[in-house]
Amino acid sequence: MSSPLIDTAPNGKHTTAFLTDSTLCIGCKACEVACKEWNGVSADGLNWSGFSYDNTGAVGHSSWRHVKFVEHAPEPGFGGNAPDVSSWTFSSDVCKHCEEAGCLEACPTGSIVRTEFGGVYVQPDICNGCAYCVVACPFGVVQKNPNEGMAFKCTFCYDRQKVGLEPACAKACPTESIKFGEIDQLKLVAQERLRELHSRGMSDANIYDPTDTSVKGIHASFIVRGDPRQYNLPPKPEVPTIYLKEGWKQAAVGAAGMVMGSLIAFAIAGRRQASTRSGDSFAQQKLGTRTMPRRRTR
Amino acid sequence: MNADPLNHEAANPQENLSAARQNDPVRATESRLLEIRREAETKGKVETIGVRPPGAPFPIASPETGYYGIHMLKEPQWTAEIPLYFFVGGAAGAAATIGTIADWTGFDEKVARDARWVTTLGAIASSALLISDLGRPSRFLNMLRMFKPQSPMSMGAWTLAAFGTFSGANLFAQLVQDRFGSNAVVSVLKNSSQALTMLFGLPLHNYTGVLIGATAIPVWNHNIRSLPIHFGTSGLEAGTSILELMGNLDSSALNLIGIGSCALETYEGYHLERKRDPVVNEPLKHGVSGWITRAGGVLSGPVPLALRLAALVMGGRAKNLRRAAAWSGVAGSLLTRYGWVRAGHASARDYRLPLGMKDTKVPRSLEKLQSKPKVPQVKAAV
Repeated sequence: MSSPLIDTAPNGKHTTAFLTDSTLCIGCKACEVACKEWNGVSADGLNWSGFSYDNTGAVGHSSWRHVKFVEHAPEPGFGGNAPDVSSWTFSSDVCKHCEEAGCLEACPTGSIVRTEFGGVYVQPDICNGCAYCVVACPFGVVQKNPNEGMAFKCTFCYDRQKVGLEPACAKACPTESIKFGEIDQLKLVAQERLRELHSRGMSDANIYDPTDTSVKGIHASFIVRGDPRQYNLPPKPEVPTIYLKEGWKQAAVGAAGMVMGSLIAFAIAGRRQASTRSGDSFAQQKLGTRTMPRRRTR
Repeated sequence: MNADPLNHEAANPQENLSAARQNDPVRATESRLLEIRREAETKGKVETIGVRPPGAPFPIASPETGYYGIHMLKEPQWTAEIPLYFFVGGAAGAAATIGTIADWTGFDEKVARDARWVTTLGAIASSALLISDLGRPSRFLNMLRMFKPQSPMSMGAWTLAAFGTFSGANLFAQLVQDRFGSNAVVSVLKNSSQALTMLFGLPLHNYTGVLIGATAIPVWNHNIRSLPIHFGTSGLEAGTSILELMGNLDSSALNLIGIGSCALETYEGYHLERKRDPVVNEPLKHGVSGWITRAGGVLSGPVPLALRLAALVMGGRAKNLRRAAAWSGVAGSLLTRYGWVRAGHASARDYRLPLGMKDTKVPRSLEKLQSKPKVPQVKAAV
C-alpha cells in the first residue's frame, strides 16, 4: 500500500496524505532518522526524558517526525501482552497538514502556502520569523528555530513529491505503518484496516481525523488504539481564525467607546473651563463664533 | 530537544497528583505491605497487584494524563520586545485619538501637540521593537508582502505602517507650521494626516487583543471577548498617563479619560477574578504570571482610579496625585501586557487544556484508580 500512487494520477498531481497506523509501528524511529537525513535537519541533542523510550518529546523545528512510545499500565489483551506486563503502542507523529491550517491563515508574509499536493509548506526564503504561526497551530507542530530565525515543520517532502517520490519517512518505514498515497484512497484503506482490527478483537482501534471541527480534517490521519488523548491528539482542535469575528467585533466596540469617551471628556472639561476662565484669542480665532476657550495658551 | 517535558509552571495538576498518591493502591506503604502479607498468609497467594518501589517512577500515558503530561501546544516564542510593543503601540494608538479630539474640539492645544510626539515616537519605537523580535530582521519588509485580512499579524503590520506614516506627516506639518507659519498646503497636510493617524490609531490601540486572542493558546482564545477592550483600555490609560506626564497634569479632560479607563480596568479585573472557569484562567491567577497580571490589574485599576477621583475632588491643587496616578497607570499597563503574555506561556504548558480536560480539578474517581492503577508521573512544578 505504500506505493505513492502519484504515477497513476491523470495529471500527475494529487491531493496526497499520510496514514499512520500505530498498530503496525514497532518504534524503530527510522522515520525520524530518514526525515532528518533527507531534509538536513540538525540533531537536537541527547536528552533522556524518562518517558518510556521517547527522548524526542514532541515534533518541533528540529524533529518533523516523532515516535511516541505510549506506555500503559498492564491491560490484558492490549497489544497482545501478558496481563502482568505493561502494554505499549508506538505512533509516529507528524504535522497534520490541516484542511484549514491555523499556521497558514496566521502567516503574515505568505511564507506558508498550500502546495499542489494539499500539504502545508513553509517557504524558508520568505519566512521572517515572526513566530505567529507557532501560537496559531492547534497541534503545536510548527516552531521557530532560534538559530535560523525561521519557522520549520514537516514539508511533506515537497521536493520528493514534486518528482513523484513518496516522503522519506514513508519510504523508510519498515512495517508500512506510515502509509502515503492519494487522500481518498487512503481514507478507504483506513476504513478497511479498522474493520480488520475490529474483527481481530481490537475494538478500541479508531481513526483520528477531526473532520467535525473547524480544522475540517487533516492530511495526516492516524489509526490508534484507545483514547487518542493518550497520544496527545486533541479531541477538538480548532483553527484560531474562528475567534477572529468576535475579536474584531469587540475591537470595533472598544474603538468606538474610546472615541466617544474622549469626546465626552473634552466636552465636559471644555465647558467647565469656559465657565471658569476667560477665553483666549487662539481658540476664538480658531473656532470662529464659538466662544469656548482653550485651556491654556502656549 | 525542542519541547521541555519537565517544565511545568502554573496550572499543574499537583492536587491531582497528591490525591492520586494518597489513594494509589500500589504505593509502597507499611499498611499496604502488611495487607499483602496478610493476604498471602490467609489465601496462600496474592491476587492483587503489588507495590511500586519508591523512587522508581513509572510514567504512564492515559486519557487523564495525556501523553505523560507532555504539553502538546508550543509556547509562544516572542521575545520580551513583544509585550513591550503591545504597551507602546497601545499607548501611541490611543494618544492619536486623544490628541486629535483635543485638537478638533480646540480645548487643549498642548495635548494635541504632545500627542503628535507620542504617536510618532511610539510608531518608531513600535517598529523597532517588532523588527528586533523577528528571527530575520532583514526580512521585515516581507510583512508587507501581502495584505491578509484573516491574519491579525498582517493587519497589525499594515496598520502600524500606515499609522507611522501619517503620524510622522502630522508631526512634520506641525513643525513646518511652527517654523514657517501656516499656509493652506500645510494646513491640509496637518489636518488630513491627523485624521488618518486617528483612523489607524483606533485599530492599533487594541488589535493586539485580537492578535493574541485568535490563537490556539487556551487562556488567550478563551478570553477573546474581553481581550480587545481590555488591551484597548489599557492602551488608553497608558496613552493618557504618558500625555499627563509630559506636562499636562492640569488637563481635566485627561483626568476624565483616565477615570473612565481606570474604571473599565477595575471592572475587567473584577470580571476576571470572579469568572468561574478556573482551569483555563488559572495562569491569570496563579504562579508568576498570575501575580504579574494581578499586580498590573491593581496598578491600572483601583489605585489610579482612587487617586484620580481624589484629584478630581481637590481640583487644580492635586498635581501630585495625578502624577502618581499616571505613573501607576503606566506601570500597570506594562505589567498587564507582560502578565498576559506570560500567562500564555503557562497556558501552553498545561497539557490538559487542548486535550479537553477542563474538569480534571476534580480528583479522579477511586474506582478507576483501583481498577487500573495509574499514577501520573508528571514532573511537578519547581
